[in-house]
Amino acid sequence: MARGRRERWAPLAFIAPAVITLLAVGLYPLILAVITSFRQYLVTKPRAPRDFVGFDNYATVLTDPTFWESLGRTFEFLLLVLPIELALGLGIALLLHKPGLGLLRTLTRVSLVIPLATTFAVVGLVGRLIFNREFGVINWFLSLLGLPPVEWLGQPATAFAAVAIMDIWQWTPFVALVLLAGLTMVPPEIEEAARLETKSPWKILRHIQLPYLLPGITAVLILRTADILKLFDLVFVMTRGGPGSATELISVYIQRIGFRVFDQGIASAQAILLLILTIILSRLYIRLVYREVEA
Amino acid sequence: MNRRIPGTLLHGALLLLVLAVAVFPFYWMVLTSIKTTAETFAYPPSFVPAEVTLEHYRVALAEKGVGPSLVNSLIVALATTFFAILLGAPAAYGIARYEFRMKRDLWFWFISNRMISPICVALPFFLIARSLKMLDTYTVLVLLYLTFTLPIVVWICADQFRSIPKELDEAARLDGLSRFQIFARIALPLALPGIAVSAIFSFIFSWNELLYALIMTRSETRTAPVAATTFMSGYELPWGEIMATGTLIVLPVILFALLVSRHLVRGLTMGAVK
Repeated sequence: MARGRRERWAPLAFIAPAVITLLAVGLYPLILAVITSFRQYLVTKPRAPRDFVGFDNYATVLTDPTFWESLGRTFEFLLLVLPIELALGLGIALLLHKPGLGLLRTLTRVSLVIPLATTFAVVGLVGRLIFNREFGVINWFLSLLGLPPVEWLGQPATAFAAVAIMDIWQWTPFVALVLLAGLTMVPPEIEEAARLETKSPWKILRHIQLPYLLPGITAVLILRTADILKLFDLVFVMTRGGPGSATELISVYIQRIGFRVFDQGIASAQAILLLILTIILSRLYIRLVYREVEA
Repeated sequence: MNRRIPGTLLHGALLLLVLAVAVFPFYWMVLTSIKTTAETFAYPPSFVPAEVTLEHYRVALAEKGVGPSLVNSLIVALATTFFAILLGAPAAYGIARYEFRMKRDLWFWFISNRMISPICVALPFFLIARSLKMLDTYTVLVLLYLTFTLPIVVWICADQFRSIPKELDEAARLDGLSRFQIFARIALPLALPGIAVSAIFSFIFSWNELLYALIMTRSETRTAPVAATTFMSGYELPWGEIMATGTLIVLPVILFALLVSRHLVRGLTMGAVK
């Protein structure tokens, strides 16, 4: 009996310290954010009463066109980079999976670690350097193709593209490595049998490899969506959200309201809405894609 | 047979292209950090430095306060890693070895931390830290960094503990070892590879972090990524020094990442791939 009770409490002793820590530093602040989101809370006026204002902050946020614009911009960014990262990532994964050229393949695979490990903020710094109008190396490459220099970070559309290109540079290797892991799961005898049946790489991809790739694709969709809703470092360093608000994605916007406008009540309401959106989206993805697998 | 040669050629050319694109920005950063300023602004750009200088590193480290910020980053990343392992490894063991109610919910909650935008945590944490007068301390950064390092340690270590046969635990129990002794003397040494990998991950993630550090630190505990972004104010940007700082930040991370490259996918897809 005593032993049975000890058995029941044993896992608690191992797990409790981590759970208590995460509750204290992760969940408790979130609860506080919910409370703040119902208050008037200007950091610049510490003496002002922090009255509860009900859903006023939420109403302000939901009727604020800038909030919707930055959210829309975030989804534009997602819709721009995600298909490119998936397509390029799949292409690279297939290149790395194709037999032959052992050393070069290994070298290329290892080189994919570099973009992934580069500090996000430093990716932004490098972006500012290579996209510089006067001496940036990107404009020099364009001149080789006979194209005129572009003021990349000075115009809304090109600044958006430049940030997207750096994101694609950094995250395509991640997609490639995830999909490569999927490709290596295909039993070699099935793949070889299929190659005897058909010469079309497309058919092999569609009928043999795709089922093994789907879990990885789901993962990429979920994680990249979450990451782009979180995306801050790259944009902050590369453009500060500018020119104007051309690259002000949602996390950058919330940071500006919270820490440069100092309206914590509004910023908290925005953060909570963002959190709810993230949860809904990841649930939705899991549902959609897994249903497809079962069907 | 003849048809295969162009195929291989194309395969090789495409692989080389991928390799070049993956490495180029990194190469360009290191190159700019050792070029003279005049050469950085030269047109057409030079791809091999005509003259190598370490002057930018000297200025960044000695005059621009990058040295102390690297030390701050190191202290925060090491302390975070230490506590993440100290708290996370036992939790991973508990989850891997025992069945209990709400285990699935707990696991899901751990993993869902990967999804949360840091700005959602940063806003309330700033208010808490300010009222406790803890802004610009190492403690507040380490606590915040545990929100993303602890889940990843639990995620990777639980895998490792599951791969250790349960029979070992039972044999040790028959020998009269207590539960904690079994964990510390039997399971932990066998799980060292997984613990090392998760330690490297938590070090990398803490070392790379910008948003929390930007909000929570001032002059005393400013970390290296924050220091790198402060160069960006002003009109004439000191590109050599900026890229020297970038290189100093990124180089150790890339070396570490190459060490765990085999586990990189698993670490980065926490929760999303079985």
